[in-house]
Amino acid sequence: MKIACLSGKGGAGKTFVAVNLAAAAEHCTYIDCDVEEPNGRLFLKPEKIQSDVVSTTLPQFDAAKCNGCKQCVAFCKFHALVYIKDKPMLFPEMCHHCGGCALVCQMGAVSERENPIGMLERGQHKGIRVVTGVLDAGGISGVPIIKKALETASGTTILDCPPGSACAVMETVMDVDYCVLVAEATAFGFHDVKMVYELITLLGKPCGMVINKETEPYLPLERFCDEKKIPILARIPYQPSLATYLADGEIVAELLPHEQARFATILQKIGGDV
Amino acid sequence: MRIAIPLDENKQDVCLVLARAPFFLFWEDGVASVIENPAANAQGGAGAQVAQFLVDREVNVLITPRLGQNAADVFAVAGIKIYKSTEKAAVEQVADYQNGTLAVLTKFHGGFHGIR
Repeated sequence: MKIACLSGKGGAGKTFVAVNLAAAAEHCTYIDCDVEEPNGRLFLKPEKIQSDVVSTTLPQFDAAKCNGCKQCVAFCKFHALVYIKDKPMLFPEMCHHCGGCALVCQMGAVSERENPIGMLERGQHKGIRVVTGVLDAGGISGVPIIKKALETASGTTILDCPPGSACAVMETVMDVDYCVLVAEATAFGFHDVKMVYELITLLGKPCGMVINKETEPYLPLERFCDEKKIPILARIPYQPSLATYLADGEIVAELLPHEQARFATILQKIGGDV
Repeated sequence: MRIAIPLDENKQDVCLVLARAPFFLFWEDGVASVIENPAANAQGGAGAQVAQFLVDREVNVLITPRLGQNAADVFAVAGIKIYKSTEKAAVEQVADYQNGTLAVLTKFHGGFHGIR
């Protein structure tokens, strides 16, 4: 069973919920798909790390074979190619490495080269397999790394999503069985969680809400959950002590019995293995 | 000598952007023509697309208020000279270029790559 934690807004508590759900599950796979800023590893501190480079491909052009027909330029819907002088010029950051330019070339002038964009780290924290996707600084898209990371899913798998509701999030939740929406009880938190709710509804995913850092119920969020019949899996009150544990990189579900119970209850409500 | 200038909807003023300008003014041997920009409505990569358009049209000189880095890279390879436009109407820029009063454009922006 694959469970994704997502929130739209950054800093709502995706990683907090995902890491602690993994700790409560004890034997599971945790995949950090927030490849621009993977921070689950700060809590899980995985050991025996094995790192693999993740690459995409970029086209390269042989001027000696190119006859200047510009079929490749016409084919590229991302406009990553401009034909100039005696061969196409590539704008790598616009290339979506679809391979189409090589397919349409009648002269065999297009070949592909490896283009490293990041890493996939695999390690272990107690019974949890910890997989972390890491996009190189300045990288344009982490989607190829997320795809590679998702291949490692097995058994109960907790996915820590990127923030927002764009391509990277969509890629992460595409194949999940359940979505845990983490919402701050604020106007900003509510606004963004509605966006991810819309996304996962389009994809037909069941979901439940974890309301995090709650000082008092935020009525528009309450009404929304009520209206859409979204089960509230947990309400985590704002507590400075919890923030202190987090700042120290601690996993509260491993330290505090009542927190262990809280996250185990969420898993039971979802129907995952505990 | 062929000169290109991005044009606004009114086909007289210089357009503030290059890649998504609705029209171009082409000037060659005293003859002006106004042509639609095929990159104006591109979903993304308009800079690269307009660069290909201007290279294919064998432009020698481009007069524009601003220019993205991607297009600038193409024009550098193609040997197209870039000058910075002023606030005058487009046809007057041609005269200014011929009198040698236009400045060479040397600063390019990073491009938006679909991000607005």
